[in-house]
Amino acid sequence: MRFSPTHVRLLLLAGAAIFGLNACQGERGTNLNGAGATFPYPIYAKWGDAYKTETGVGVNYQSIGSGGGIKQIQSKTVDFGASDKPLSVEELNASGLIQFPMVMGGVVPVVNLEGVKPGELKLTGAVLGDIYLGKITAWNDAVLRQLNPDLKLPDDKITVVARADGSGTTFIFTHYLSMVSPAFREKIGNNTSVAWITGVSGKGNEGVASYVQRLKGSLGYVEYAYALQNRMTVTQLQNRAGKFVKPDSESFQAAAAGADWAGTPGFNLMLTDQPGEKSWPITGATFILVYRQQDKPETAREVLKFFDWAYRHGDKLADALDYVPMPASVVKLVEATWEKEIKDSAGKPVWTATTAKK
Amino acid sequence: MNGNQSPISDATIRRLRIMDRSFQALTTGSAWFVLVILAGIIVSLFVGGWQALTEFGPGFLVTDDWNPVTEKFGALVPIYGTLVSSLIALLIAVPISFGIALFLTEVSPHWLRRPIGTAVELLAAIPSIIYGMWGLFVFAPVLSEHVQPWLQKTFGDTPWIGALFQGAPLGIGMLPAGFILGIMIIPFITALMRDVFATTPKFLKESAYAIGATHWEVVWNVVLPYTRVGAVGGIFLGLGRALGETMAVTFVIGNTHRFSPSLFEPGNSIASTLANEFTEAVGHMHTSSLIALGLVLFMITFIVLSLAKLLLLGLESRDSAKS
Repeated sequence: MRFSPTHVRLLLLAGAAIFGLNACQGERGTNLNGAGATFPYPIYAKWGDAYKTETGVGVNYQSIGSGGGIKQIQSKTVDFGASDKPLSVEELNASGLIQFPMVMGGVVPVVNLEGVKPGELKLTGAVLGDIYLGKITAWNDAVLRQLNPDLKLPDDKITVVARADGSGTTFIFTHYLSMVSPAFREKIGNNTSVAWITGVSGKGNEGVASYVQRLKGSLGYVEYAYALQNRMTVTQLQNRAGKFVKPDSESFQAAAAGADWAGTPGFNLMLTDQPGEKSWPITGATFILVYRQQDKPETAREVLKFFDWAYRHGDKLADALDYVPMPASVVKLVEATWEKEIKDSAGKPVWTATTAKK
Repeated sequence: MNGNQSPISDATIRRLRIMDRSFQALTTGSAWFVLVILAGIIVSLFVGGWQALTEFGPGFLVTDDWNPVTEKFGALVPIYGTLVSSLIALLIAVPISFGIALFLTEVSPHWLRRPIGTAVELLAAIPSIIYGMWGLFVFAPVLSEHVQPWLQKTFGDTPWIGALFQGAPLGIGMLPAGFILGIMIIPFITALMRDVFATTPKFLKESAYAIGATHWEVVWNVVLPYTRVGAVGGIFLGLGRALGETMAVTFVIGNTHRFSPSLFEPGNSIASTLANEFTEAVGHMHTSSLIALGLVLFMITFIVLSLAKLLLLGLESRDSAKS
């Protein structure tokens, strides 16, 4: 193809138009870049979309996994990182980061048992731990029958299903089992991926779900939203107060409300095994990571503005996707921390409650 | 160009020479580029996996620990899983592919060759994730309800072999992974075998038929010796694909780092371990071990392909010595 002068002129014009558009966008606000956990990706994407239509500021979130999110923010290639696993205070201080909880979810045990409806089977943390340790291997085990006198449990083997990939879900689940079962803590422990000693493992929530749906007499764990959307047979669990609770947004909120956020430095708090009669014992928050000292205060302000907007206006969208929004009391604490901790190079706070109102 | 007889002008010759040179440079550059990329991959795998390799030493290859909590890693289970699932795949795929290729070139009526040949090639174009889903939702139930109980009943009590068929017939594990891989590599091996079988000179086959040889005798004594090199090449191409296959295996292998001689038990392969754990590997040692695992897969593939090359060279030299 030969370029005639007309072509060249047209191309230049198109180039100018594109460049002009970009410049306009640049004036209206930067694009915010974040990366990390896959669990909150659907809600961050939804929030980002709604936020863009409202303010023109785009949020570009890459769900590359919590591990990747932490690495990316540490190498400063993104404006914020996201992780399902809270960092310890030492880790935060070492890299100059602060973290705050953004949205919650629950992890729920799911079973494939003929004649057992969702929310019928009762389990305790210790029993769940023993099943994952391979100590309880059959559904008609005396302990299970004692917990469920009204259910007719089959004489089947329990096929244990776990997550094969590293995931925040596994982190929350093993954190809970490590808390309630010393044997579990000793033999398996708590991490985003662990060395399971029995059963099979599937990749992702969908992998676990399809194994559970495929294998009769199986028991697995998935994100609550996933279990709900796929109408899986969830179980009840006994919480710290000794009550059996069903997993739903109410019991997750109860767990978050009872948690001692104010007394926990760095928001390094897991919501597993929280006190409260209604609390679901395997609840977890997912966290955002940003730098304490900001080289680019304008971008940082935009980032915090976005999360402030999400706290205030994002609840409905979160509900629609079966995520659980943070309680107002926690939001207040988080925003107070922003004002106090996140500074520009001159030592001035990047975000204050008054700037947010503008 | 305009058709007159005048000799080509100097300018044209110069232009053509420049074009010739630049074409040569371009192709040479492309060839070197491949080598550079290959070297780059090896170097970066070594650098990334160095931490794990120095920490665990050669023991990395023979220990079966894979524990992100205690940060102890050993590659025995994934290496074993990769090799065994690929071996099962070959055991299934080679005879079947041989049969199909033989049918297509020697036995099948002419009008049927095209449709079956095309169908086999289409099988090769199906993305591996489809095989994985089909394997989990369609094939695994059949396997767990019919095939595995039968295997257990028939071979379960046989000494040695019996150990391969112990455990619950879940339809998920090493055996199903091998089956799926076998089905996946059939089209590759078949297509290559068919093509090389077709290169056998007609007069050789016709001479054999003329002295009263059967189909089987012609294939075994004429076609196969003539095409041995190509057929073995096809098998190794299939093996190469089986070793590195990720998604289809991840669906059905069960993804657990536990060593078990039984083919019914879940296991893991190198490729699916990498696919599963890379994104959320937080610890440096975990990431490094995964990269080292990648290096191991690279080495295995390299060794297999080198062995194939050596085997082919051996066959070729034997053939030329004979003739």
